[in-house]
Amino acid sequence: MTADRRLTLHVNGITHSCEVEPRMTLADCLREKLDLTGTHLGCEHGVCGACTVIVDGAAVRSCLMFAVQARDSMITTVEGLAASDTLSDLQQAFHDHFALQCGFCTPGFLTTAEAFLSENPSPTRGEVQSAISGNICRCTGYVPIIDAIVDTAKRRLESGK
Amino acid sequence: MKPPKFDYFAPDSVERALALIAEHGDHARFLAGGQSLVPMMNFRVATPSALIDLNGIADLRGIRIDDEHRLHIGAMTRTREIEMDAQIARANPLLHAAVPNIAHMQIRNRGTIGGSLAHADPAAELPAIVLVCGAAIQIVGPGGRRSVGAMDFFEGIFETALRDGEIISEIVFPTWPAARSWAFDEISRREGDFAMVGIAAWFDLDASGKISASGLAAIGAGDTPLRLSSGEQILIGRSPGADVFARAAEAAATDLQPASDIHASAEYRREVGEVLVQRCLQTAWERSS
Repeated sequence: MTADRRLTLHVNGITHSCEVEPRMTLADCLREKLDLTGTHLGCEHGVCGACTVIVDGAAVRSCLMFAVQARDSMITTVEGLAASDTLSDLQQAFHDHFALQCGFCTPGFLTTAEAFLSENPSPTRGEVQSAISGNICRCTGYVPIIDAIVDTAKRRLESGK
Repeated sequence: MKPPKFDYFAPDSVERALALIAEHGDHARFLAGGQSLVPMMNFRVATPSALIDLNGIADLRGIRIDDEHRLHIGAMTRTREIEMDAQIARANPLLHAAVPNIAHMQIRNRGTIGGSLAHADPAAELPAIVLVCGAAIQIVGPGGRRSVGAMDFFEGIFETALRDGEIISEIVFPTWPAARSWAFDEISRREGDFAMVGIAAWFDLDASGKISASGLAAIGAGDTPLRLSSGEQILIGRSPGADVFARAAEAAATDLQPASDIHASAEYRREVGEVLVQRCLQTAWERSS
């Protein structure tokens, strides 16, 4: 039973089929089986937040979930935040606010912020700080990231999206 | 940083889960939210031969308040569900206030109340809340169903009254008096880190305005969450006030059993514990008066 399992995964609106060992984490499955390498692996024990993806609307650590556990779920990765070569409004805000440098942590921040804003469309700055407290950035610093998220929330409210 | 091989089963009923753990023996483990077990597996500190995943068992999830206003929370209810549930804010405001201190949003989206209790980390918040509220932990296993009081549940670091093959099914919190004063506070280096010390406190007043019942519990200050009975006893029969709170905090600090580690020294933890007891009692009193 440790052998590979045939698995159907719903990622970014596309249904994929793959074979995985039970021990393969969702993060490794996304990267290695589905070639969705936007999801990054930093610490692999749930501390850094780089591997955050959205599973059934909730931001989760994909390094702490096995791929077999995601078989009936709707998954969104950073690749699913905008169509093909375009940027989402949140991604554009990260660009405008210089909210990334090396970019390693960025996919985790984006997925975390997207799930958070869908739950709380008009957050205070403090709530944004708290929401991203589980994501570690080692170069940009958090202020521009918070600015980008707060700005996105404001723009979405203004445009009624 | 990858877990070793294991068998995986995803039963849809408690009965099936119990049968699977019996079949796969000593090295099989139940998987709840996985926010502690999976890191341990990734580090290969835990190497279960099989995982019995409880996430598909609908009977283990849910929040309900019974006719006597007791709060029932299914063991596989996620921490984030407790945080976002409006009825818990009334049915147990202390629990509701403690939950946002647990790790980060992404962890709370997966972690479960039953998983936290079964894991029994001495710095975890939920074990202390269960302890200070005198909740009952409902257990189902090969010997049938049983209920264990929180005082008897936590036996040591990562050690509980759960025996081989048993699952927590539900946690039952006693009725919360509407007038109860309460507070939770903890000190950690960064938001979401494990607390170096944390305190949960509540007290009730009688008709004459004297404290008739109280609860004080600490996390990060011993091998298990601790009830600080020396502090509780000081409060009983006295009127709330800064002097009484200071005396209760001093007494409560004698019940702490802190250890030194890389995060904080024992001396620091004892000092902070005393300060937090005093601060919680004051906050509780100010909020309700």
